[in-house]
Amino acid sequence: MTRWCPALAPAVQLRHDQVRDTDLLLLPERVVVLEGSAGAVLRLCDGVRAVPDIVAELAVRYPDAPVAAEVPAFLGRIRAEGWLR
Amino acid sequence: MTAPGERPPEPAAPPGAPLPPRPWALLAELTHGCPLHCPYCSNPLELTRRSAELTTEQWVDALRQAAGLGVVSAHLSGGEPLLRSDLAEIVAAADGAGIHTQLVTSGVGLGRDRLGRLADAGLRSVQLSVQHADPGANDRIAGRRSFAAKERAAALVQDSGLPLGLNVVLHRHNLDALDELIDLATAWGADRIELANTQFYGWALRNRAELLPSREQLARAERTVRRRRAELAGRTELVWVVPDYFDGKAKPCMGGWGAVSLTITPDGTTLPCPAAAVLPGLDAPNVRDRPLAWIWDHSPAFTRYRGTEWMREPCRGCALREQDFGGCRCQAFALTGDAAATDPACRLSPDHALVRDLVAAPPEGASAGLGRPRKPARRAPAAPKGAR
Repeated sequence: MTRWCPALAPAVQLRHDQVRDTDLLLLPERVVVLEGSAGAVLRLCDGVRAVPDIVAELAVRYPDAPVAAEVPAFLGRIRAEGWLR
Repeated sequence: MTAPGERPPEPAAPPGAPLPPRPWALLAELTHGCPLHCPYCSNPLELTRRSAELTTEQWVDALRQAAGLGVVSAHLSGGEPLLRSDLAEIVAAADGAGIHTQLVTSGVGLGRDRLGRLADAGLRSVQLSVQHADPGANDRIAGRRSFAAKERAAALVQDSGLPLGLNVVLHRHNLDALDELIDLATAWGADRIELANTQFYGWALRNRAELLPSREQLARAERTVRRRRAELAGRTELVWVVPDYFDGKAKPCMGGWGAVSLTITPDGTTLPCPAAAVLPGLDAPNVRDRPLAWIWDHSPAFTRYRGTEWMREPCRGCALREQDFGGCRCQAFALTGDAAATDPACRLSPDHALVRDLVAAPPEGASAGLGRPRKPARRAPAAPKGAR
């Protein structure tokens, strides 16, 4: 795969929901509730950072989490949904 | 309306009583004015006149309150919301409060500049209604020449980069054109097409004899949807909103009464569902008079059918009661005269024969017409002659 720098698809809005204290993806006709640190991961998807950069940043932030094993697969799943490109 | 200072005390919740779930979505019916006259219009038979509509400031305040209550998504609808000259201000207020906005429009009146202003204000998506894939048939159903305006609007939305959805209300006069409608959606660059079978309330109930499809017609349409959905997977999302009367199941109307979403009508009346204004004794609250949080949490209109306590048999003991919530209160009332009855669309309803008999009888030749067109919302009273 060429160097993928994930970014949210144009129709997708990432925001924090203060009422429910959770991160959300807002799309036409759909609200996706993001669990755990999923929102923190997606906030790094700015179209500039490549996947290894994102993994490296998260590894610093969450030193005890299996970031390298899980984050690329998570990003792949979100891309398969059409929410990342 | 109660004057300020004369409001009755608001009933306090018992200490420790859990609040209901927060609403996710708002249907903002900005106006009942509309250039189209579709015979299945979802607006009530009694339309709000333009002069009775909420002001810009009242909508801005209502949207801020909705966001504070938990609403994250709003459909800006009507009637035709483009008739509100302050639409961009309303969009900006919603977006500024963190609410994702979708414009639901006929496309009539959507020029490049207008769309640009709305996008600049924070509009996130456009849903365009289409009545038929054939221009002449579209214009006949809509009661106005509008197909060309819709085609232009779709092109403008696609140019703007905003997501575009088409919505089509389905009935006897367009169900056989599903393939063409889906082709139209892909040709116009839609990301999504919502194929919504007519729900029979208000105008559509009045015109039911003319709109109700045959069982064979629906079966053909369902096969078409399955085939095209497989073909378009990953490209165009194809949503099929099932018809109410045909499969013996009640729909989980609104995701439950006062559970997921609320509707604010043009004059500020606030309802658990857009059709609920017709329910007798509902005592519908208004955002002009009451805080939205009180309306959602405590108003009799929103608590009346919330949860399952209000249910009678056969709903009360039914395993599906938390899944379909007893179906639709407005349909129960429209067909049985009792809003607390089981929705007659359900095969377990003692009144199910009411819909079973309707769909068992083949449509009559006499009902080849479209039904009576929705009449326009009234304008403000004209100035007396000589006063101009």
